[in-house]
Amino acid sequence: MIEVEHLTKRYGDLTAIEDLSFTVHQGEILGFLGPNGAGKTTTMRILSGYMPPSAGTARVAGYDLSESSLEVRRRIGYLPETVPLYPEMTVSAYLEYMAALRGVTRPDRAARDAMEACGIADRHDTLIGKLSKGYRQRVGLAQALIHDPEVLILDEPTIGLDPRQIIEVRNLIKSLGGRRTIILSTHILPEASQVCERVMIINKGRLVAEDTPERLTARLRGAQQLAVQVARPARETLSVLESIPGVLRVHEQEIGRYEIESALDGDPRPRIAEAIVQHGWGLLELRPVGMSLEEIFLTLTTEDAAEPAGQAPAQAAPAPRRQGGKAR
Amino acid sequence: MRNTWLIARRELASYFTSPIAYAVTAVFLVVAGYLFWVILYYSREATMRYLFYNVTTLLLLVGPALTMRLVAEERRTGTIELLLTSPVRDGEVIAGKFLAALGLWALMLAMTLVYPLLLKLLGNPDLGPIASGYLGLLLAGGAVLALGVIASTVTSNQVIAALVAFGLSLLLWLTDALQGIASGTLGSFFSYLSMSTHFYDFAKGVIDTKDVLFFLSLIFGALFVATRLLEARRWKL
Ligand SMILES: Nc1ncnc2c1ncn2[C@@H]1O[C@H](COP(=O)(O)OP(=O)(O)O)[C@@H](O)[C@H]1O
Ligand SMILES: [Mg+2]
Repeated sequence: MIEVEHLTKRYGDLTAIEDLSFTVHQGEILGFLGPNGAGKTTTMRILSGYMPPSAGTARVAGYDLSESSLEVRRRIGYLPETVPLYPEMTVSAYLEYMAALRGVTRPDRAARDAMEACGIADRHDTLIGKLSKGYRQRVGLAQALIHDPEVLILDEPTIGLDPRQIIEVRNLIKSLGGRRTIILSTHILPEASQVCERVMIINKGRLVAEDTPERLTARLRGAQQLAVQVARPARETLSVLESIPGVLRVHEQEIGRYEIESALDGDPRPRIAEAIVQHGWGLLELRPVGMSLEEIFLTLTTEDAAEPAGQAPAQAAPAPRRQGGKAR
Repeated sequence: MRNTWLIARRELASYFTSPIAYAVTAVFLVVAGYLFWVILYYSREATMRYLFYNVTTLLLLVGPALTMRLVAEERRTGTIELLLTSPVRDGEVIAGKFLAALGLWALMLAMTLVYPLLLKLLGNPDLGPIASGYLGLLLAGGAVLALGVIASTVTSNQVIAALVAFGLSLLLWLTDALQGIASGTLGSFFSYLSMSTHFYDFAKGVIDTKDVLFFLSLIFGALFVATRLLEARRWKL
């Protein structure tokens, strides 16, 4: 449905995305995961037809973006990151306008259906400027859906929402999948794994990893770090911990506090707990240390001894790209 | 065409939700009314010719106020992102915006139609020059507004857009002043370029195809340039 080849975008000297290639299949929900400044918005703006790339091509629904931009735009629903809306219009007037612009034959009906789908029917007569952030987000989603597009491009659709709204929007997006092809960007790993069938991780404009959320999580869990604290550490605590199967390395941070790096396969936590209890050291704490996105990228990029991301764009080396989760 | 109309309609409606349109219309009507009575008092002629000249001066101020936000505001708030990713041609966007401004200008002119009616009650005005004068104001207004659309396309700052529009219009209004500096063909070229030269005939009651063509080409030329500028802005977002 979407085929992107060697897409590059430069803003003056800055290379926002470099040599990005990927495909999205019909009906798939693809997550675009990356920290701020990774190039997510840039990619989505190019795919939505807002701005042309510096190099590379993209095809959406069989149409080349640079040759038939109008045909592509007819088939895309787009929710920009900032959710730009006209504050002086009412919700229904705005949605009818957007529907008409997208060539819908019955804009009033389309607006009603979209408001229904996004749960904003009760606000149809409210001025957009008076809506809360959550409602504005849903109006943004409604305008993206209004012409029943084949492809949805959603740029950080849950940013700035409260936890309850986040869940609602995620469920809404999941319910939209299946028939439509969806690309959604996020900088939150759990969001990508909850909503998406496939996740692409980009960092500094390059593709770092591509996999199903399950396998990505598995790969990452293996590299996860555990924080362990015991009440009565003994001389041999360090060596005992190190000898537990699945434990790769143990750092003693201070007396009784350890940071454990564990292997890819098998969660060593039960064995660690068991060993500590058996020796009577008094287990105080055993918890996985969540990794920041930056650490995740570092893990994923160094795992393959790939070149550090975001360096020397002139070399244009292909980004490390893999299929399938490799176990070490 | 349909898209142009849709955009024009939304834009026109949004004029009336902002205080700017009301303020501009009010100022225009008050000043035009004042001029009408002063001119009538001194000239004691049932003619609108002198009023037309004066209204063109007003146009140079009112026009930029009508066009300054057209594209600039969409760029500032980001709504342009959704407009330009809709299946709408850049030319349709520009044309729609222009037509909305022209519609408001036509409405403002229509509200001054009470003055010829008053003249008709008070005296016996020649209606021909009045009609041609209104046509001239509509065309000159179109040209000033089209130049304003260019200005609004190149910036996201409304004040700058208004100033650029005013500067462009004033220059094109007054190029005939250069006639004295340059002689011969160049001089008459400057005179030809001037909007005031071409407006003059309309106010006198003469509808010359050359003048009509001049304003129409200025309008279409400016809208073409604005469209190109909008396209070019996509490349350096
Ligand atoms: N209009 C622009 N002009 C110049 N640089 C930009 C522009 N938009 C984005 N960038 C830069 O490009 C990089 C990628 O940005 P962006 O695509 O917005 O990333 P993300 O959406 O993943 O946070 C960033 O370094 C950002 O500063
Ligand atoms: Mg972004």
